[in-house]
Amino acid sequence: MASTIRVRAVASGDTTEVQALVQHPMDSGFVKDAKGQLIPPHYIEVMEFQHGGKTVFTAFWGPAVAKDPYIKFSFKGAHKGDDLTISWVDNKGQSDSLVGKIL
Amino acid sequence: MRRLGMIGLAVIFSIGGFANAALAAPADDFQAALAKAEAANKQAGALKNQWTTTAQELKTAQAAAAAGHYDEAIKDAQHALALAEASIAQAKEQAAVWKQAVVR
Amino acid sequence: MRRAVMLGLAMLALAAPYALAAESQAADAVNPQADFKAFRKYFTERFPKVPLNDFVNGPYSMDAGLRKQWEEIDAFPPYQFAVDKGKEMFATPFADGKTYADCFPDKGIGIRQNYPYFDGKSGEVITLDVALNQCREANGEKPLDYSKDDMAALTAYMAFTSRGKPFDIKIPDDPRALAAYQKGEEYFYTRRGQLNLSCASCHVQNPGGHLRTEVLAPALGIVAALPIYRSEWGGMGTTSRRLTSCNSQVRATPLKPEDEQYRDLEYYLSYMSNGLPISGPGARP
Repeated sequence: MASTIRVRAVASGDTTEVQALVQHPMDSGFVKDAKGQLIPPHYIEVMEFQHGGKTVFTAFWGPAVAKDPYIKFSFKGAHKGDDLTISWVDNKGQSDSLVGKIL
Repeated sequence: MRRLGMIGLAVIFSIGGFANAALAAPADDFQAALAKAEAANKQAGALKNQWTTTAQELKTAQAAAAAGHYDEAIKDAQHALALAEASIAQAKEQAAVWKQAVVR
Repeated sequence: MRRAVMLGLAMLALAAPYALAAESQAADAVNPQADFKAFRKYFTERFPKVPLNDFVNGPYSMDAGLRKQWEEIDAFPPYQFAVDKGKEMFATPFADGKTYADCFPDKGIGIRQNYPYFDGKSGEVITLDVALNQCREANGEKPLDYSKDDMAALTAYMAFTSRGKPFDIKIPDDPRALAAYQKGEEYFYTRRGQLNLSCASCHVQNPGGHLRTEVLAPALGIVAALPIYRSEWGGMGTTSRRLTSCNSQVRATPLKPEDEQYRDLEYYLSYMSNGLPISGPGARP
């Protein structure tokens, strides 16, 4: 089954710019379906990026973040060819993770 | 009481009949108005030019009738008819004038 | 009371004069080549600073601020999941062992710019979406819903394999094809719905203008980016989804997806975009 995470991390000098797109419904729990029933909340709570055993970025998401969230950030100290581990956990306890290479 | 007799009974029954007729009229009027509106909307459909608001108004009319508000229902049905007729007029007019809008 | 006013306005709008040059052409002969030249001239003269190939980017060719946001988004496009899913669907064999590749020229890769085409046998315009369902049915599979995500994923993948290829829509020397083209042109310029707007009202008279918070796309090249991921929808949309929603937005009851009128419309618009590059799948606000 394909990962829910797409990542592109590019190192330029000392700075690595990371972009990630995550496939997730991010249901807030406030939206009704066509039958008028509330769609239960289902959203990513925590998203983490790790490099060299250290967490370089943590995102605390919730019902306010829209479907298929996109994130972009930069961090220092990584080099081309290094591994970048991305993982998320949602309110239902589901999770996914991916190891990407820094370009 | 005996004076009432057959004629008396006949009068009572006929009054009852009139009363029934008076009660039935708005519902019948509504059905007639609805049928006219639906027929017009069907005609618009044949021209592939129905309006969403026509369909909504037909629904509103039927809901009002179901709740027993016949006066309101008839008005809604008449409005739906007007919308349907406007959509037919639009289709016919546009068929004649659309070419004027083409970029030349 | 309000209803009477609204109805009155609607009737007034019906009588409204037309803003564009109302040179009533006596020529009843259909001339797609002349239409094509006039259409292109209209947009390039109205927007002299927009490079011809940029028209396929719709509102982004009209608004610099919107373009900047789009360029950021397109670096990591929201339609990516649809393209990946479409690629997987495309490669998955049907129950009878055949694949989509067996139905199309060039194995179905890089062919999107040739659709729609006029099918001499059936006498109808065949769009890519219809061709895909014809392929499915020919191989014993159920057709896909024209408005839903599976069809959008397939066409997103096929558009992606054709990125940059110029539209090459043909109108054969067949009176039925010319009739289909003209019906599409008629649909485009015909006012409809209680709001009494035609496709041209927004996309020919007011490209670059605003409709609430949206920037209107020019009609030139407007089909090049389909299917599109719309932020408004939070998901993908096929041509059918876009056309039916445009209809209901002007309060016109939408036709069935891939209705003959919609296919003729797509035929006309695609022909008008001949030579312009496929930019799909697209991302729109």
